[in-house]
Amino acid sequence: MKALRVERSLPRFAAARLAGALAPGGGARVGPLRLVDVDPPARPGPEWQRVRPRLAGICGSDLATVDGKASPWFEPIVSFPFVPGHEVVGDLDDGTRVVIEPVLGCAARGIDPPCPGCAADDVGRCRNIAFGHLEPGLQTGYCADTGGGWSIALMAHPSQLHRVPDGVSDEAAVMVEPTACAVRGALKCAGGAGGVITVVGAGTLGLCTLAALRRWVGPDQLLVGAKHPQQRRLATELGATTVVEPAGLTRAVRRATGSMALPRGGPGPRNRTDGEPQQLLGGADVVVDCVGSEASLVQALAVVRPGGRIVMVGMPGSVTVDLTPLWQREVELVGAYAYGREPQLDRRTFDLAFELVAEARLDRLVSATYPLHRYRDALSHAAESGRRGAVKVAFDLRNERDRERL
Amino acid sequence: MSPRPGFVLEVDRSTPPTLFMHGEGFRLESLPVGSRIVYPPEALATVADIDGAIRSALLHPVDSEPLPALLFPGMRLTIAFDDVSLPLPPMRRPDVRQRVIEAVLDLAAAAGVDDVHLIAALALHRRMTEAELRHAVGDRVYDAFAPRGQLYNFDAEDPDALTFIGETDQGEEVEISKRAAESDLLIYVNINLVAMDGGHKSTATGLASYRSLRHHHNVRTLQRSRSFMDQHRSELHSSNWRMGKVLRDAGVRIFQIETTLNNDTFPPPFDFLQKREWEWSARDRATFVASSKALDRAPNRVRRSVFHSVRAPHDLTGVAAGEVEAVHRLTTARVYEQQLVPVEGQTDVLTLGLPYICPYNVNSVMNPILVMSTALGYFFNLYRGRPLVREGGVLIVSHPTPWEFHPVHHPSYIDFFEQVLTETTDPLEVEKTYEQAYAEDEWYRHLYRTSYAYHGVHPFYMWYWGSHALQHLGAVIVVGGDARAVRRLGFKPASTLRDALEMASDVVGREPSITHFHAPPLMMADVT
Repeated sequence: MKALRVERSLPRFAAARLAGALAPGGGARVGPLRLVDVDPPARPGPEWQRVRPRLAGICGSDLATVDGKASPWFEPIVSFPFVPGHEVVGDLDDGTRVVIEPVLGCAARGIDPPCPGCAADDVGRCRNIAFGHLEPGLQTGYCADTGGGWSIALMAHPSQLHRVPDGVSDEAAVMVEPTACAVRGALKCAGGAGGVITVVGAGTLGLCTLAALRRWVGPDQLLVGAKHPQQRRLATELGATTVVEPAGLTRAVRRATGSMALPRGGPGPRNRTDGEPQQLLGGADVVVDCVGSEASLVQALAVVRPGGRIVMVGMPGSVTVDLTPLWQREVELVGAYAYGREPQLDRRTFDLAFELVAEARLDRLVSATYPLHRYRDALSHAAESGRRGAVKVAFDLRNERDRERL
Repeated sequence: MSPRPGFVLEVDRSTPPTLFMHGEGFRLESLPVGSRIVYPPEALATVADIDGAIRSALLHPVDSEPLPALLFPGMRLTIAFDDVSLPLPPMRRPDVRQRVIEAVLDLAAAAGVDDVHLIAALALHRRMTEAELRHAVGDRVYDAFAPRGQLYNFDAEDPDALTFIGETDQGEEVEISKRAAESDLLIYVNINLVAMDGGHKSTATGLASYRSLRHHHNVRTLQRSRSFMDQHRSELHSSNWRMGKVLRDAGVRIFQIETTLNNDTFPPPFDFLQKREWEWSARDRATFVASSKALDRAPNRVRRSVFHSVRAPHDLTGVAAGEVEAVHRLTTARVYEQQLVPVEGQTDVLTLGLPYICPYNVNSVMNPILVMSTALGYFFNLYRGRPLVREGGVLIVSHPTPWEFHPVHHPSYIDFFEQVLTETTDPLEVEKTYEQAYAEDEWYRHLYRTSYAYHGVHPFYMWYWGSHALQHLGAVIVVGGDARAVRRLGFKPASTLRDALEMASDVVGREPSITHFHAPPLMMADVT
């Protein structure tokens, strides 16, 4: 069967890193990702089921892998070669449409008793993601044994499967996994209820987080820094009260919170940047960083109020950031990763995500789809989605020739 | 030879291309045959003995005792003076304020007055820098008073330095500088560049707080001021006059000194800018070509530096002192004598070439909001009788309108541009929804008081300043401006004047009447 596969090859990772630096997504041409013909993955256990993907999204973490920018942290929690793709809607062999909850927790790994995270139904906090009868892999799409969404078929444990209700389109269903990540992040922002929440970045995660904040948290003011016109339009539609370009975000938060502000180099009439706020003395109650870069984290630290919270929904790797404001202002820096059960609502994150995708019509975020053989175009499009007026780019496997032969 | 009055030229085939100021540059444009060009009068003859004229005005004031009779030992004397917004461009040294203040101080010293404060009456404008204060009052005065804390910028946000005087019969609150109000005598030293300057506006605006200013710096008042320059039809003028009465009734004693300048605006090599094009000498033409090319190639920073270093050769045409209203009547007559140009009939399309400077960007950046305010607030209102452009007509403005702000001088302008104008350009909506938050924003207050920032509410006033024009005009087109910035203002961008005229025809039809207002130098159209 056809699959896009990442192989362990240091020269190729190095080449990808170089190509990705020159052009986002450029690692697809020279890096470790290759379109190959492989045997379908073997069933890891009797209860595992084959899933034939219909749509498989391209996530920021996938792009980091393709461009050789993934953090070394992942090294021991992935296994090579792996087929990427963890945002998946597909068909079981009996025709049931499913979405995959990709974390490979204790249940999928045959570990019993489960770890405390999995026992609490909080699979994103599984403590065994490199153990059990599966090769290491934090999720489907990073594990050599399961396959991934960028192929004709993968294997999934029943604990990972969510039936897609009739009437829900494939485009809506493929948005469930990223939306679940966003819901997870948004529910860590309860301190912003009735206050000011700022979302840095308005790509897929930023927009889904915005929708989730509007649905479950209810800030009085919800500010979004969005780089591209399409993102700004969608952010407004999804309920942001203020949408500005990233360069204007600090000013916007200052206005919204009535904060005093300091320029670079400190205040004083001889400072030529005196009216250019670089860091706020007050700020937003909660800042959600949905970019995950050095610049976005710096901005988040500059605009969060003392005692406020920064929630990392974006996924930074190695970055260099001055953490002085973190301790000096007693700011909480909180990670948000995957999904499980949300204690505030006592519901599973994926169920909430299904609900939000439908209510906020997040299927509209799927901007373009590509067949597997155009993976270079797809990855290039995804890497430059904002600039090219897109949000979510996905592989469309519904018309792949091999799909029905399996 | 006496100076020639302003006049209206009808463009024919022999008319040379017309000079349009274009920010920190200029353009030559060919106006369609049949267009009119309004040229300003030439500079009036000036006072030969300036210091003598000033002294004479102080000793022989109108409707007032001579100044020496008002001065006595032990008195509290406050001298307020117009800020950096006047005159434009800044005049070459010695500034007329310096001459007047030195004359006043000589008399005060002779009378044994030693409790003297000098206050830059800047209302909600930015504070003047030391260099700007030195330029205005001279080094001798600055060095004598500033180190002792007796020469300073007015602070409209210092509650301890303000005093509430009372209300007008229309409920307008009057709150001004406590030092000025509690002085035995307030002497106001004014420069009257345009007809709306001076009179009661000097004190009732220049030394007032937001609490007071909001009663006339608002959309309703400014839309009912037709024009600002016509005292008989200006609600802005009327409000200031009502406040002046409150001050007088409360016993605030004001000795007003008003000066008028001729319109000699540009020194060599830029003096060709104030000549009529067909009278340009070969040297003028060469200067134009050379300076145009040099400016085109120069970076913004250099262009700005060149123009903002211009010191105008303005000279004094008159000085009057005494009772506020009596003085201002004389002043207004002199301003009209220098600036009025009779124009018969309105026009469908009015064209303007905006210069690099307005009252609020001296040594600074002419940001897009100031472009709006200069075009629709100042230039549009340089009329008496009727607006030069008919109701529903089109205003075409030539200016680069850069998306650029001075972060020290105009911090709240940046927010106004980013927040307010992205929501609405309707002055009433702007006022209702946003003004209070900006006026009371503590950060803007801090920057106004401690740095060199215009007050938080100032960009609102700039927007309101153009509100009469916004109501009156069918469209505004900006030639050669940053298209995004122009659109943000609610105007239409055009690359060339020809394109702009083509676009204007959608509003005023084919073959409209076109009038170009050839300023600066400043003038007023007396439209019948």
